[in-house]
Amino acid sequence: MLGGTYALLGIGLTLIFGIMRVVNFTHGELYAFGAYMMYMLVMLTGANFYVSLVLAVALGVALGAAVEFLLLRKLRGADIDTTMLVMIGAWIALQNAEQLTWSGVARSIDSPFPTSPLVIGSVSVAWGRVFVFCVATSLIAATYALINHTKLGKAMRATFQDRETAALMGIQIGSIHTATFALGSGLAAAGGALLGPVFVVYPTMGDLVNAKAFAIVILGGLGSIPGATIGGFILALSEELGAGYISSGYRDAMGFVLIILILIFKPTGLFAQKERVG
Amino acid sequence: MSKVLTALWLAFLFSLPLWMDNQYVLHVLVVTGIFIVAAISLNLLLGYAGQLSLGHVAFFGIGAYTSSLASLGFSIHFTADTVLAMEPKPVWIGLLAALLASGACGWLIGRLSFKVRGAYFVIVSISFAEVVRLVAVNWVELTQGPMALNNIPPLTLWLPLLGEHVFWKKPANYWLVLSVAVVCYVIVRRLVWSRAGRAMVALRENEPLATSVGIDVTRYLVLATVVSAAMAGVAGALYAHYIRIVDPDVFLFIYTVTMVIMVVTGGKGTLAGPVVGGLIFGLLPETLRAFEIKPEVQWIIYGVLMVLVVFFLSEGIVPAVTQWWQRRRAAGAAMAKAEP
Repeated sequence: MLGGTYALLGIGLTLIFGIMRVVNFTHGELYAFGAYMMYMLVMLTGANFYVSLVLAVALGVALGAAVEFLLLRKLRGADIDTTMLVMIGAWIALQNAEQLTWSGVARSIDSPFPTSPLVIGSVSVAWGRVFVFCVATSLIAATYALINHTKLGKAMRATFQDRETAALMGIQIGSIHTATFALGSGLAAAGGALLGPVFVVYPTMGDLVNAKAFAIVILGGLGSIPGATIGGFILALSEELGAGYISSGYRDAMGFVLIILILIFKPTGLFAQKERVG
Repeated sequence: MSKVLTALWLAFLFSLPLWMDNQYVLHVLVVTGIFIVAAISLNLLLGYAGQLSLGHVAFFGIGAYTSSLASLGFSIHFTADTVLAMEPKPVWIGLLAALLASGACGWLIGRLSFKVRGAYFVIVSISFAEVVRLVAVNWVELTQGPMALNNIPPLTLWLPLLGEHVFWKKPANYWLVLSVAVVCYVIVRRLVWSRAGRAMVALRENEPLATSVGIDVTRYLVLATVVSAAMAGVAGALYAHYIRIVDPDVFLFIYTVTMVIMVVTGGKGTLAGPVVGGLIFGLLPETLRAFEIKPEVQWIIYGVLMVLVVFFLSEGIVPAVTQWWQRRRAAGAAMAKAEP
């Protein structure tokens, strides 16, 4: 269940890094934004749960596009530290705007699923979690299809491989960047909108997610989509195992321990593609 | 001329508590001073060695915890029988321990993470800080977890003329922090103008080229990290003995961000940069408080300022002012030449 959403977050981040060379610190905030949109739509306006889900993702896409257009467009080609600083600034501003708007109190969202769990043999799973897993996997599948089988996806892959050559072939790098950032943000918002009803929604929920998404991306190798997918599941698994066998207090530390281990033994990540240097 | 100016500045700063007895302002200045020390240490890594460390608060926090634990004493039960216990030690030993512990952590992190650069290094440093924070929260036996370490004794030092002196009061702490800040400033200055400093700048500007002329890149990066970490550790220890309570919140990422903003706004890679940035962002929150602004709004302002600085003053305030001053002087000289 968690693996699916983790993979969703990791894919979004890795896409943005691979194509735009931007370390996206606002990723966790978009996740929180998605969750808050769900809260607003379902709890305050009383909209239908599924409609709200779609709307929350759409709003995430819009916010992502706005961030890219306002902040990153002017900095294209700037070195990675510069964009990183801008993204950190944007992240702080966004997070505190969320805190200001919705206050620090944790909110919960009603979900339309039955409270009795789904029982298969000796395993029982909550219905909400089954739904999350299904939606997450289908979104991942949709992203794969978009990247591998559409014209936009082809342009994205070309930009990933070599930005200048892609530009020479007539690809509008600017709009590819906007599309990438919007797509990545949409995936993050989808993660938030899916997990919001399962857990609770609070303004700093994005921080841990940020860190976890980084862990996933490093695990899989920066810029690798299959790597991020598998990385998401590995992280979720090791968190559960770590929580079960070591101590539940250290559940959230597993990701960081994984990062440190990976960087000691295989700094390029498990599934890194050869990168062109120079 | 510049030596006279420096001496005047120092005299002004050191005499401040003598003629000003507003305790609140002194308190703000002490805390600002501690953060300036931290910012100076971060600048060594970020500005000179060119490595963005977003886990800097880990060293700060490790320093705070080490020093407090050393001066409070602790006992750890590994099993029912094996117990590692330590009696409370004088505070100056705690400070020394903080320096050594943070330096050692810096060495470890440097060795591990300088296999990688850029984005990877940033993420490793964040992860490190987060792991340390989680340890501080969860290892209740040692750190009291979220209950925090209380009643940390203030620093006691034997001073000439004064004898045994306890740093209870604000002026004493002000002088202490100011002295440490001056020492750190001088250390960084000496280091930057030495062979090692030039090597760091060389590898910041062009790493393959630096390697090709025989600079041992990893060695100098690790050196920078160790010095920087040890300084941050001392800053953390000073903080602990001044505030006299330490909880896992000292590891919060927001403190790292504060330090980064200080360095970047002031001007990374300049000696005065962190001091100027530290003063601005140490005093700004207090000024904003006067307008009764909510803390969230204050952070939003921080975030927006950071973006604006990167957009419009990409070098920081200090280089911008120096350039403006030099241009003015050059223009003045040209005028003087043209007139007669």
